[in-house]
Amino acid sequence: MNFVALAMLVGDRAKYIGILIGITFASLLITQQSSIFTGIMSRTYAAITDLPTPDVWVMDEKVQYIDDLKPLQDTELYRVRGVEGVEWATPLYKGLLKARLANGNFQSCVVVGVDDATLIGAPIEMVQGRVEDLRQNDAVIVDEHSATGKLARVLPDGSRAPLRVGDALEVNDHRGVVVGICKVSRTFQSQPVIYTTFSRATTFAPRERKLLSFVLAKAKPGVDPHELCARIQRATGLTAHTGEDFKWVTMRYFLKYTGIPINFGMSVLLGFLVGTIIAGQTFFNFTLDNLRHFGALKAMGATNWRLVKMILLQALLVGTIGWALGVGGAAAFGRLTANTELAFRMPWQLLGVSGGAVLIICSISALICIWKVARLEPAIVFKG
Amino acid sequence: MSIATTTAVSLRGIKKSYGEGEARVTALRGVDLEVRSGELMMLVGPSGCGKTTLISVIAGILDADEGACSVFGREMHALSGSSKTLWRGATLGFVFQAFNLLPSLTAAENVAVPLLLRDVPRARAVERATEMLARVGLGDRARSRPNQLSGGQQQRVAIARALVHEPKLIVCDEPTSALDHHTGASVMELMREVALGGDRTLIVVTHDARIFSYADRIAAMDDGQVTKVVRSSNEL
Repeated sequence: MNFVALAMLVGDRAKYIGILIGITFASLLITQQSSIFTGIMSRTYAAITDLPTPDVWVMDEKVQYIDDLKPLQDTELYRVRGVEGVEWATPLYKGLLKARLANGNFQSCVVVGVDDATLIGAPIEMVQGRVEDLRQNDAVIVDEHSATGKLARVLPDGSRAPLRVGDALEVNDHRGVVVGICKVSRTFQSQPVIYTTFSRATTFAPRERKLLSFVLAKAKPGVDPHELCARIQRATGLTAHTGEDFKWVTMRYFLKYTGIPINFGMSVLLGFLVGTIIAGQTFFNFTLDNLRHFGALKAMGATNWRLVKMILLQALLVGTIGWALGVGGAAAFGRLTANTELAFRMPWQLLGVSGGAVLIICSISALICIWKVARLEPAIVFKG
Repeated sequence: MSIATTTAVSLRGIKKSYGEGEARVTALRGVDLEVRSGELMMLVGPSGCGKTTLISVIAGILDADEGACSVFGREMHALSGSSKTLWRGATLGFVFQAFNLLPSLTAAENVAVPLLLRDVPRARAVERATEMLARVGLGDRARSRPNQLSGGQQQRVAIARALVHEPKLIVCDEPTSALDHHTGASVMELMREVALGGDRTLIVVTHDARIFSYADRIAAMDDGQVTKVVRSSNEL
């Protein structure tokens, strides 16, 4: 009877399309909004995940997330190096400084100062130039998005040209020469990211007593990074997280203290509710229109269980197609906006989330119809 | 018209009411009736006299409040809900006033439905359905959808659907009321010719006096009771 169920569903084009639209809309909205939410969340910890080399991030005990900078004394670096199990430890400066553009405008930039000797903390992927060139005088590396966007040069005719290797810019009244363009994740506030050495970054930064933002450490072979974090905390009184843990600490902070989850949660909930209402109502109307046929099937010997299976199959079909269309639409949206400021990240887990939501929508719709059909008196077919 | 002597349907003191309290409506007030195997019995009477309720009870679609209903020796009240449904699918064929053909299926697929409900593979079911359509004179319309067929043709498809699984009893509810006289007559001729073979029994509910002549016996109903059973409409 499967083909009868499917023919009944597809045969009523208007309702079939109506149900599909409802589910597709829900799937699209849930997937798209969740993807933007995931994209924004991933930007909050992008500075951590872009830097996979160190096992452990050491910071002031009051630091709540990656951009919550509470500098340490320089001597803390040596204390960390002295902890048993530390293979190496390097300083990292991170600060928000103003860069002066060629047209006289100022732009806030995230300045990252990496270890002068090892360049640990420098970007992994270069688009132009070499990381080693950071050792040159006044050298800086600029992220790709900013080089073509916020830090782009303004030409005499008013058009903009991407920043290139050899161009100069001013960071907090200090000259910087671009020696490379790198590829890193966008930051939460979409500021340009400028890499330089730790010692040069401290000259860029306003004079302060403490300028060491983080200590990056590597565990010796065989030493568990979590165990090393505990040792560093015991020995120095500082807070130490593995990269993965620090990522979650940062994300939890944004989830807890910003309106991002609730704003996106509302959109996702709205998509779910609207999808449920449209799909549920249309599916129910479809069932009402077919009550006589269901009644005839019952009279001819179709058990309730068989009719339940037919309705579930119909729900499964529209659910699968609607979900696929919605997810496809969301993916297309992500593709079209890939080179914009929009944060969009669609990991495979989100497909499961939207699939689960669509499953719930279809189950609710199907249950309403099953309830109606199960209570249907087949004698309805004898009423002319 | 030969009339067999074994009993197909036996009704004793059947009572049926709908609703509760002041809204209670009594549809059957103690019906006694015997339908013989192989005959075409017509249930006739004015609207609201209980004809449809009575065939619903016979078909196991409705349960009687009181009385005994036996179909081919099987007591209806002894069957549970799902087993009654399965029994109905195997034993009964239906012809409805409004045809009740699924609009998205072809004629052959519609006819195949009773077989599909009994888990006959689709290809085999459609093959048998096509053969049955040929028997009712619609062999060339097997691929047509209901909206491509006339009313008479749709009713022929419904008759083929009622016959395809070789049921022992066919219940028809006003099979000609949606058809003109000529078409109605040809449908009844077809029913006598094709449906009434072997020991198969037909119960036809109608108030269309023009087809009374096709009956072996006629049970006249009024106010929830069978008032008389006659052999010819002249005796009504």
